[in-house]
Amino acid sequence: MSSVVMVPETGAASRAAQSGGVPFGRLLLTEWRKQIDTRAGRWLLITIGIVAAGLLTLMALTGGELRTYEFFIGTLAQPFALLLPVIGILAATAEWSQRTGLVTFVLEPRRVRVGVAKLVASLLTGAVAIVVGAALAAAVHLLVHLGDGAGDWSLSSGLPGGIALALVVAMVQGVAFGLVLQNTPAAIVVFFVLPRAFALVGMLVAAVKDVWPWIDLNSAMTPLFVGDPLGGTDWAHLGTAATIWVVLPLVLGLIRLNRSEIKSA
Amino acid sequence: MITAEHLTRRYGTFTAVDDVSFTVEPGRVTGFLGPNGAGKSTVMRMLVGLSRPTAGVAHLFGRPYAALPNPGRRVGILLDAAAQHAGRTGREVLTLSALMTGVERARVDEVLAVVGLTDKEAARRVRNYSLGMRQRLGIANALLGDPEVLILDEPANGLDPAGIRWMRALLSGFAAKGGTVLLSSHLLSEIEKVADDLIVIGGGRIVAQGTQEELLAQAGDQGLEELFFDLTASTAREGVVA
Ligand SMILES: Nc1ncnc2c1ncn2[C@@H]1O[C@H](COP(=O)(O)OP(=O)(O)OP(=O)(O)O)[C@@H](O)[C@H]1O
Ligand SMILES: [Mg+2]
Repeated sequence: MSSVVMVPETGAASRAAQSGGVPFGRLLLTEWRKQIDTRAGRWLLITIGIVAAGLLTLMALTGGELRTYEFFIGTLAQPFALLLPVIGILAATAEWSQRTGLVTFVLEPRRVRVGVAKLVASLLTGAVAIVVGAALAAAVHLLVHLGDGAGDWSLSSGLPGGIALALVVAMVQGVAFGLVLQNTPAAIVVFFVLPRAFALVGMLVAAVKDVWPWIDLNSAMTPLFVGDPLGGTDWAHLGTAATIWVVLPLVLGLIRLNRSEIKSA
Repeated sequence: MITAEHLTRRYGTFTAVDDVSFTVEPGRVTGFLGPNGAGKSTVMRMLVGLSRPTAGVAHLFGRPYAALPNPGRRVGILLDAAAQHAGRTGREVLTLSALMTGVERARVDEVLAVVGLTDKEAARRVRNYSLGMRQRLGIANALLGDPEVLILDEPANGLDPAGIRWMRALLSGFAAKGGTVLLSSHLLSEIEKVADDLIVIGGGRIVAQGTQEELLAQAGDQGLEELFFDLTASTAREGVVA
């Protein structure tokens, strides 16, 4: 480490280059880069890839007659709905658990824009994961039917859109829980435990039977994974349940982000 | 350049910062001095919009910090050198800030050279940095946007004597070119050699402020150090000497 004193220029030259605020595209790029510039972030993505490849291999070996393209897609859908939101949780909570918020939120004091950039960056990574997953499923399907030519590429009309929507809902929920709790372990635990504890209540408490389909996100999302087009009631169930579990937490999370004091300790 | 008007911050019933007003002038280094828990960091967080004042306002360039477009290009900030992502390399930390503020990548190498971090050190993860290296990285991050104002919370913390000397030269050079510098410390010895102006805070209140000459005159024979002990004595936490 040298101790040569080099005094930096104070301003002027680059001042002309600075225009309005930080453009959203640059925030998005920064947030996206933060997802992959640490070992932890890269390992999360690699783990998701390994889980996908492992599940596909397992199903290729044991699926027998069932092994259509749709079968392989279906194999990945639910695991992705559990794993992809972790990307959003990490993106949303790292500023607190790693204390980087002290830098991030002075470079962009309009904190809600940072929150939205985290959301969009997570969804973009999710989109890449979906494309990679679909390609892996296609490759495995191709491989297992190389000899018999019995491949079946047809997909139920509602399936691609349904799964994509389900994954978007799950990922937004991950970011939202992260922003509300501002703490990585807490957000992960709550994200996985709360909906299941809630489902238990639904099973045990008879009184809530009528309202249940309207407030339980898990059951409201189930039709999305089936592939039949959703009916009006299905959409209504999904709308109310997602408002409670996704939209509301997201709004609360952005409000908390905007208001909370950013401290180092 | 920096103005604080009646800044007050309460946590519940506890008043951490109480009616603090000051201005920090361009072309000068202003030292912000006070014992542990005096409220220095809290004031600095309020200056840059990380904490909301319970009362009062703070302005930079005549506007609230949050109203500055791309503030990273005008104000360089270091609030806590230890608060960096442990898993990122030093270079990556700076690259992210450069990306966000729109600074050219070449500037990352420039500021690394300014703070004396080698390429090898910059490629190391922050987890493996010494406190002094983190401090240098934090200063590099503050300088990255080629700012007009520097706000540094205890930047000398963890620096070796040579490092402290280097930082003094850096800050006086920055001020000599018209820059504005506010730096905090709880040690008079750390900043008396570099600060033109001093703001002394104790128990959340400003107990003295002025140019160093003015305060020296006020201190008279007892000297600055004794004066500050006297001024902050009622507010400093008293340890017990066994
Ligand atoms: N969230 C909080 N709730 C209650 N008290 C708080 C909170 N944040 C800060 N304080 C108190 O405010 C006071 C000022 O703290 P601050 O960190 O600003 O001191 P400081 O001058 O920076 O001290 P140091 O030299 O040790 O860094 C302290 O008494 C601290 O305990
Ligand atoms: Mg402090």
